[in-house]
Amino acid sequence: MTGREQPLLLGVRHHGPGSARAVRAVLERYEPAAVLIEGPPEADALVALAADEAMRPPVALLAHVPADPGRAAFWPLAEFSPEWVAMRWALAHDVPVRFIDLPAAHSLALGEGEGEDEGNGGEGAAGADGRDAASRAREEAAEAAADRTAAPDPDPHRDPDPAPTPDRTAEARIDPVAVLAEAAGYDDPERWWEDVIEHRAHGDRQRSGSGGENESGSGSGLRGADPLAPFEALAEAMTALREAYGVGGHDRDLVREAHMRLRLRDARREFGDGVAVVCGAWHVPALARRTTVTADRQLLKGLPKVKPEVTWVPWTHRRLSRHSGYGAGISSPGWYGHLFGAPDRPIERWMTKVAGLLREEDYAVSSAHVIEAVRLADALAVMRGRPLAGLAEAGDAVRAVLGEGSDAPSALIHDRLVVGDVLGEVPESAPAVPLQRDITRSQRSLRLKPEAAERELDLDLRKETDAGRSRLLHRLRLLGVPWGEPARTRASTGTFRESWRLRWEPELSVRAAEAGIWGTTVEAAATAKAESDAVGTSTLADVTGLAERCLLAALPDALPVVMRVLTDRAALDADVGHLAQALPALVRSVRYGDVRGTDAAALGEVATGLAERVFVGLPPACTGLDADGAADMRNHLDATHHAVGLLDEGSAGRPGGLRERWAGVLRKLAERETVPGLLRGRAVRLLLDDGRLTPEDAERLMGLALSAGTPPAEAAGWIEGFAGGDAGGLLLVHDERLLALVDGWLADVPADAFTDVLPLLRRTFAEYDAGVRRSLGELVRRGPAGATGTATARGDQEAAIPGFGPGLDRDRAAAVLPTLRLLLGLPEGMDGARDMNRAGGGAGAAGSGNGNGTDGGRPGERTGVAG
Amino acid sequence: MSENHTGDSVGGTGADDSAQVLRPHAEDAFAQELKALAAADDRPRPERWRLSPWAVATYLLGGTLPDGTLITPKYVGPRRIVEVAVTTLATDRALLLLGVPGTAKTWVSEHLAAAVSGDSTLLVQGTAGTPEEAIRYGWNYAQLLAHGPSRDALVPSPVMRAMAQGMTARVEELTRIPADVQDTLITVLSEKTLPIPELGQEVQAVRGFNLIATANDRDRGVNELSSALRRRFNTVVLPLPATPEEEVDIVSRRVEQIGRSLDLPPAPAGTDEIRRVVTVFRELRDGVTTDGRTKLKSPSGTLSTAEAISVVTNGLALATHFGDGVLRSGDVAAGILGAVIRDPAADRVVWQEYLETVVRERDGWKDFYRACREAGA
Repeated sequence: MTGREQPLLLGVRHHGPGSARAVRAVLERYEPAAVLIEGPPEADALVALAADEAMRPPVALLAHVPADPGRAAFWPLAEFSPEWVAMRWALAHDVPVRFIDLPAAHSLALGEGEGEDEGNGGEGAAGADGRDAASRAREEAAEAAADRTAAPDPDPHRDPDPAPTPDRTAEARIDPVAVLAEAAGYDDPERWWEDVIEHRAHGDRQRSGSGGENESGSGSGLRGADPLAPFEALAEAMTALREAYGVGGHDRDLVREAHMRLRLRDARREFGDGVAVVCGAWHVPALARRTTVTADRQLLKGLPKVKPEVTWVPWTHRRLSRHSGYGAGISSPGWYGHLFGAPDRPIERWMTKVAGLLREEDYAVSSAHVIEAVRLADALAVMRGRPLAGLAEAGDAVRAVLGEGSDAPSALIHDRLVVGDVLGEVPESAPAVPLQRDITRSQRSLRLKPEAAERELDLDLRKETDAGRSRLLHRLRLLGVPWGEPARTRASTGTFRESWRLRWEPELSVRAAEAGIWGTTVEAAATAKAESDAVGTSTLADVTGLAERCLLAALPDALPVVMRVLTDRAALDADVGHLAQALPALVRSVRYGDVRGTDAAALGEVATGLAERVFVGLPPACTGLDADGAADMRNHLDATHHAVGLLDEGSAGRPGGLRERWAGVLRKLAERETVPGLLRGRAVRLLLDDGRLTPEDAERLMGLALSAGTPPAEAAGWIEGFAGGDAGGLLLVHDERLLALVDGWLADVPADAFTDVLPLLRRTFAEYDAGVRRSLGELVRRGPAGATGTATARGDQEAAIPGFGPGLDRDRAAAVLPTLRLLLGLPEGMDGARDMNRAGGGAGAAGSGNGNGTDGGRPGERTGVAG
Repeated sequence: MSENHTGDSVGGTGADDSAQVLRPHAEDAFAQELKALAAADDRPRPERWRLSPWAVATYLLGGTLPDGTLITPKYVGPRRIVEVAVTTLATDRALLLLGVPGTAKTWVSEHLAAAVSGDSTLLVQGTAGTPEEAIRYGWNYAQLLAHGPSRDALVPSPVMRAMAQGMTARVEELTRIPADVQDTLITVLSEKTLPIPELGQEVQAVRGFNLIATANDRDRGVNELSSALRRRFNTVVLPLPATPEEEVDIVSRRVEQIGRSLDLPPAPAGTDEIRRVVTVFRELRDGVTTDGRTKLKSPSGTLSTAEAISVVTNGLALATHFGDGVLRSGDVAAGILGAVIRDPAADRVVWQEYLETVVRERDGWKDFYRACREAGA
């Protein structure tokens, strides 16, 4: 049949499985001499790759401007896209394929304007002009569509292509499918399309009668009757629409169609009239129209031009769905894929698939469930007057029968089946994707050569180039291209230094190519990847870690999504431990953000919110813990304390500030009997260190905790919490009243309990420096007043300060005086018992020092000075 | 959802003159509409159905018939739900209506039965004490003793009558019925037969028989359905009011009705407070703030519309008898606290988080925050 006078104009709906099937039927029947497809002509040379074994849809044709990687357009193709089907058919039959749309050279140059429409052709549009035009069109369309009934065809269009800037085009365009659907009395264009086109094919094949509306041949639509009929019906409907709406307010369509006509003419000259054109149905009337070459050329004159490159990139079903960025505009790619792939009984097969998925997820689903679900879906379709159960019916049936009324399985099914996780593949021979080029360019401009040999790199983030390098490395890591691994910074701990270990392995190039689906520039791709990762993370700490990485990689655009996920996770996470774990990373991020000049205000808010939740949740979470739980919780307590300090730096001390509230929480913990001793002791210590508790109060609380009624193990825990850690020893060294309490308690521990508390105490004291331990030992040996009484007094006796050993070792104290005088710049001769006493008290360094802690501050620091 | 019936209607003889009774059955109250629908309905009807499935859905959802008859909406809510429910009955699967109290389960079930079978009185009220006889059959002991076992001595249950006549039976509060009694339904629903071993007979369901059960899915201490029984049902969950406006409206209306019977003064000035209560309930229930920006933990209580009504009524009583007559934050705070904190440990954390992260920062809610802090102290 190649001898037809007219080219076959196959108007399709992009990504419509019904259209795809109809296109295949027509091609098989008429065997055209060439196939022309709506798409950028620059891609002609790439068609052959579609036959490559390694090529697996969904994939997308990508046109980009190498000099400006942000400027790019995608033409996604799924397995069930009519364009893809046509291309594969042509390759299998050795028929040439030509892309006929406006060259990407022009469309990318026009780009910003509205360009995109690349695909949009489909949606033709009637501009704002008119309401009445709309109603007129509706009538006509009603005739055209309804009568014709439902044209079984393919068609409409939705636009194909994803335009690079889809949002913009959304405004003034009218979706021809919507108009036709409305004319046919449907409120949902998708449903109309499904009923009239997608289901029809199945209905014809499987269930006679279900497609009763279509005259073009139920039962035999694809075999007996002319497979072209549906396309003709649809073309008629579109013609009616275009008469009413004109070009739809989109001048770009005129230009594109002029180009299509020119290419069509060329093809007819080359291959004869027997060529087939696969394009959005919206364009069919324009292609059928007779115009002069000159007029078409005129339209194409003076278009701006850029130099694009074209390649194939892998695509995913998720990105085909309209929820995501470049969406090609179908909400249920998985369902369409199913319709296209299922040889028969689509609903039965779908329900079986659903049941399989649910069983994997441990829902009890029997065959009887599946049977009932299919019955309900079919009955619903009848009730709603649809020819065949569609996605909506299937969804309702699944909810009522398989899900027992719950939405959880429905959400799962939507995610895994209706949208689906299919990931396309592209052969290695496809030209490099822009992301790779962008990486190369960044490497060059940052003078950072990819080398196979491992090397270390130290960066000073205050320098522009180094900051840029750091950003690049961080972004690549996010993208799964681990060129550099952060190394421990050797010397400096400053936040403006970073060390990396670099090594470029050949496989990283492959990884970079794979990452190409995320975007065309490193920044855009990393942003998209980070957003997607955020949504996919499972634990709160992962999200905070991600937030930190986003800041390091300077991806402010990804932050809102990450933050949203973070707040959601934080709100729903009932485990205070998780919250407390997440807090430090977040606070660190806030600080880094400051250092690097990123706007971290939003982050600060989130961190504050997180801290609030920790405050609320901590007290109840601290009760009823066993030893291990208490130990974990102590770490959380410390981490939170530290984080709150950093977070609230600006507003320190402000009443009602974070620190203030945190102190309130600690106080509550310190005094609550049901909280393990370890945590109570810790809380007291933290408060004491912050000066929010006077030593007298601390002493009172310690006395309480160590009093006779407390089980020894509990008291030992208290001591560990209070005096644990390095600085804890110094605290005891310098506040002998506290030491006396510990000492007194220890002496009173009954012999049989002593072996129980010994390991605890050992753990506590083993952490101290040897010097501290020795000092403590000496203090105890000398014997605090009122303690065991074995202490031997040495040196001059003086009136003991309550709780302290008797007397001061004047000889030893005198030894430091010269140095001290030197340090303080005191004149010679100012010594004497009085002065010496004062000085000794102030420095607190003398072995027998009487640092009685009247200033209550930070014993640790004080000692540091003296040492 | 404009109709919010939380009470259970009492099954009666149905013979009374509907004008005299306090609350006529659905089929009597809406007899006109049913008649008009039947007249206009030209679609195929399943056997023994008074209306086609399409007309049943129209009856519930409302609409205008070709002859101009206006059908009032009985249920305001998603169309999808009603369609699934009606279709389920048409496929002779039993229907289980799930939902928290106050979502019009009973109301929907009554109207479905009225529209499908023209009789909503074949009702079994589920309680912890519902015996097997209520679902199968009992005996008239005088007859039994005098004449021995016979069909005359047998007292059929509503379910048995529905089976014999091909009607729609209703079971209210299915999950309150003891598990062993529930399971009597399995044979009825799967074999569509009810054996009477004493007589060596059975009652077989004729076409048109079906069963609508209602159950509360947030209640504690109920008898979960066995999975064998559960499998016989298609489940439809009736949602809570979709928008705050709807819910505020329902709450205000009910509060006013209840208030009148308690001789409480109307509380026009209290609308803000009602809105606040509804907002708090909705936010905690949905786990997200109304502006959609902050997620929240949900407490274990149901926080249904019915509870919001009781919180407001309580507050109103407090304000009237112990306050200055104006409904204020303090009057509702304690009630809210009681409704939210059902589990003293977990719910308290949820509530405090909500207070600190949401309420504290919200404009114009200072007084409410303070009142809640005081109530919770």
